[in-house]
Amino acid sequence: MTDLDVIPTLSPEEIAEIEHEVALIPRRDSAAIDALMIVQRHRGWVSDSSLKAIAALLEMSPEELDGIATFYNLIYRQPVGEQVILFCDSVSCWLRNGDGVKEKLSELLGIDYGQTTADGRYTLIPVPCLGACDRAPVMMVGDDLHTHLDDCDLASLLTCEANHD
Amino acid sequence: MATISIDGKHYEVEDGSNVLEAVLGLGLDLPYFCWHPALGSVGSCRQCALLQFQNADDDRGRIVMGCMTQVTDGMLLSLSDSRAKAFRADVIEALMTNHPHDCPVCAEGGECHLQDMTVMSGHRDRRYNGLKNTHVNQDLGPLIHHEMNRCIACYRCVRYYQDYAGGTDLAALGSHDHVYFGRHEDGTLESEFAGNLVEVCPTGVFTDKSLVHDYTRKWDLQSAPSICTACGVGCNTIPGERYGRLKRIHNRYHHEVNGYFLCDRGRFGGGWVNSERRLRQAGAQMSDGCFAPLTQEQAVQRLQTLCGADSKLWGIGSPRASLESNWMLRSLVGDEHYCPGFGPEQDALRAVMTALTEGGVATATLPEIEAADLVIIVGEDITQSAPRIALALRQSVRNLGLEQAANLGVQHWQDAAVRNIAQNTRSPLVEWVSASTRLADVATKTLTLAPTDIARMGFALAAALDEGAGVDGLTADQTTHVVQLASRVLGAKRPLIVSGCSSHDASVVYAAQALAAAVARRHAATRVVYTVPECNSVGVGLLKGTHKDLADVVAAAEAGHIDTLVVLENDLYRRMKKEWVTRLAAAVPNIVVLDALETSTCDAAQLVLPVASFTEAEGTLVNAEGRAQRFYPVVSDVGERLPGWQWLRLAAVGRANRSDLETLMHLDQVLEAIAAEQPQLDGIRAAAPDASYRDRVGLKAARQPHRYSGRTAMYADKTLHEPKTPVDEDAPLSFSMEGESHALPSALRSFVWDPGWNSNQSLHKFQAEIGGALKGGSAGIRLIEPKGQPAPGAYSVPAAFEPPLSGWYLTAQYRIFGSEEMSAHAPGILAVSAGPTLILSADDALQLALAADDGVTLITADGSVDCEVTVDPALPKGTVGFVVGHAHLLDLRAGETVSLEKKPGLMRRSEVIASDGVRVYG
Ligand code: SF4
Ligand code: SF4
Ligand code: FES
Ligand code: FES
Repeated sequence: MTDLDVIPTLSPEEIAEIEHEVALIPRRDSAAIDALMIVQRHRGWVSDSSLKAIAALLEMSPEELDGIATFYNLIYRQPVGEQVILFCDSVSCWLRNGDGVKEKLSELLGIDYGQTTADGRYTLIPVPCLGACDRAPVMMVGDDLHTHLDDCDLASLLTCEANHD
Repeated sequence: MATISIDGKHYEVEDGSNVLEAVLGLGLDLPYFCWHPALGSVGSCRQCALLQFQNADDDRGRIVMGCMTQVTDGMLLSLSDSRAKAFRADVIEALMTNHPHDCPVCAEGGECHLQDMTVMSGHRDRRYNGLKNTHVNQDLGPLIHHEMNRCIACYRCVRYYQDYAGGTDLAALGSHDHVYFGRHEDGTLESEFAGNLVEVCPTGVFTDKSLVHDYTRKWDLQSAPSICTACGVGCNTIPGERYGRLKRIHNRYHHEVNGYFLCDRGRFGGGWVNSERRLRQAGAQMSDGCFAPLTQEQAVQRLQTLCGADSKLWGIGSPRASLESNWMLRSLVGDEHYCPGFGPEQDALRAVMTALTEGGVATATLPEIEAADLVIIVGEDITQSAPRIALALRQSVRNLGLEQAANLGVQHWQDAAVRNIAQNTRSPLVEWVSASTRLADVATKTLTLAPTDIARMGFALAAALDEGAGVDGLTADQTTHVVQLASRVLGAKRPLIVSGCSSHDASVVYAAQALAAAVARRHAATRVVYTVPECNSVGVGLLKGTHKDLADVVAAAEAGHIDTLVVLENDLYRRMKKEWVTRLAAAVPNIVVLDALETSTCDAAQLVLPVASFTEAEGTLVNAEGRAQRFYPVVSDVGERLPGWQWLRLAAVGRANRSDLETLMHLDQVLEAIAAEQPQLDGIRAAAPDASYRDRVGLKAARQPHRYSGRTAMYADKTLHEPKTPVDEDAPLSFSMEGESHALPSALRSFVWDPGWNSNQSLHKFQAEIGGALKGGSAGIRLIEPKGQPAPGAYSVPAAFEPPLSGWYLTAQYRIFGSEEMSAHAPGILAVSAGPTLILSADDALQLALAADDGVTLITADGSVDCEVTVDPALPKGTVGFVVGHAHLLDLRAGETVSLEKKPGLMRRSEVIASDGVRVYG
């Protein structure tokens, strides 16, 4: 059952952004994905308490919203690192030694798919095709797409990303 | 009709249905998972694949999904083609990759659709060697057990729970190989109809928790056709028994009463028959107040002495006792000394009886409720008072959407497409109620009003339709609402008026009858539904004679006219105020109480006799639509207990004028006698076949499945001798696995089973048409058919509600869990029932500085009682609601004026759940 008291868990900015999306569509619950993305943008992930607050704001049950949230790989229902690495594990990248690169990357970071580095910097997640097959193998680090990956330049790429911010 | 060819044979099938339905309807086998007769098709599991050919020259064909393919004339299909078979085998193999193969420890085993379909599809050897997914299960509350690893992701559960039952707290979580069906966190499932998941889920994910903890396989359960005794709807049930204990209650399909589903009170509320508080032996009260046990023989002697020839005998019957028992009591004491024992609902109930018998408008069957295109609810929170009806009303609001889909050429069974087209479109459902309801989410409009104002709305709308004089003093909003609704009524085709006894206010029922008459004059297809609180309220109401009210009984007692008072299955504290019971007990020298459970009334009795429950006796109940239905014992060893009518028959021995009663040894004889004396009840004999029923080979109907095991070993701890088959002379059923279990009259079907179909899905083998009537005919018989023209009845408009100058006006509020006497003693129901609750409006709560769960003392003219607060923002100004039937609130009456005081010291419910699960209030 929806508990309205939990809405203030969200910040006024988040609520304002969500209400903006709601205003553009006929039903409040249709803004579910946008609302989840908004909160994730602010907080990096969607916690249980955020989920309940968004559900209350959109007049839906936490279950209905969680069904949507957990359907999408890119809505994080667990804390992630500062940067999320989306590594393509689909066929073009695989043909171009994606697996080898992934192994090297895992070795460098000390994590496998679904894990976060001990320093909290990176989370590694597989993604089925980033639409850049012509430049395979590819991955995204945060919002940046990296193409033509090669085991050799991984280390410098990560250092570079690290200096980036 | 369409002619289709399946594997070269021609068949006539219904046009417009889907191929799966048609195939099953023909009695052929085609495995399926996601399709369900009540839920329609979504084509998600791919199990019902078969081959369709373009034309006679096409020898390749193509795979189609049976449930998603519409039947067309001349269709060429194959079920047995090897490619179709291989496809189906592959599908089930894929569905089974994560399955834990834990059938031996699974409560579904032996009645599992997944087992049946796996065998049917020919998947025998597992080839997948990879790791299986495993899930963490959830605690879904005291009623339902969760075991996610067994899931095959057919999506039936969420489609039932969300789309059909309107629940919001169960969802499909995750995606692809990780999909999970549960809540977002542990917690009790909120829907009042969650228990149907047990039967809807084709695997062992959702199972009956009480059965899991006290387990018996379906094939080892002894069952019998029965009727739910937990409200007036009279859903048909199948209780299952082993070792003398009720193990579980399953739905028994009745096309016109309950279809495929029960409510949770009915499914889980029967557990009271196993309760420690059951009376097992007769007892006589001694001078110290304790009861000395009596043998059956001693008890009968004592009873006969107390009811002796010159004893002035009176009797109080019960709307929760069978028609036979009530009639026997009435015959024993004489009709002028018989009181039906109704409680505070009496006036409203009498109004309902008049509306049913003289209102001239037919009561809706279940399919008619579901087909309604306009529903007006007059004063009922129907989810709490007649739950199964609420589930049907949830389907009725879909009709406008279904119509839109039909206009686009989409069949009603195309579930996802229909819902997509309909979106939020709903047929109108208007509620006039005295508090927030659980149907508000599908209602077009919910008006909360005091009961008299509800009645005024009914009369106003009736007047608007009859173009008669309106009701004075409506607010502007109310007037607009009435005008708008009147035009909607004119535009409707199948309107339905729902009302009943729940407000304990007869004016509400009068208004509903007047409204129904006005609507029915416009539309012949108008139907009504009136709720009554108990399983035999209408049956007792139909008994004719000069009956007395409880007040008359007390008066007679105090005038010294009663020597012995026989109280049949009735806890008087639930019917009249404590003070009156005390007066009655003081004035009557001898009270005999017959009951199944120990009640407070027993303390006032000199003699207490143990009565057989619905699982131990045979009898007839008449439901709210006036349908007489028979229930049969499922337990053979009832010990010292007797059905109420049997005790009363024995009591008649010494009564000079009624010694004839003693000769009515068998239920069929009692039925004959009732019919002979009360012509309006003549139909009860035809409600089910009599005890002389025999199948083709001369046997009675079987209560045990063919594979019933351990018959000779079950009681080896008591005796090493092979027990004889218990004899049941009264019933057309035997306590045996011998006898017909297939070609049976529907009233005698103890279980559904068909070769290869061990689960309840085998039901389609017994239906004349999928989702339609049963081949064995309709069980039970309607005793009330509308006669004459629609009649408005007592047309007196009450004055508008005025909030009391000081204090509050009490309104009656039913709760599905807790308001009904017997089910409240079932452990599962007890665990989900609320405490003694007082419902306050948000304004009043604010003013009194009270919040939800706070303590409040309610002060009436007779005394005071402590309650827990629930806040309902929609509660009409000047009113507070109390929960009917809660053991602490029995002395409260709707319509009383009460005052309130904050009670700081009250411990909250969460703090006082004692270790044995029984709640204590300080
Ligand atoms: S839990 Fe049962 S009903 Fe739900 S998807 Fe799984 S197998 Fe189907
Ligand atoms: S309580 Fe009423 S609605 Fe529920 S199963 Fe029993 S008869 Fe049906
Ligand atoms: S396969 Fe990797 S980007 Fe398309
Ligand atoms: S039953 Fe037809 S696809 Fe599931």
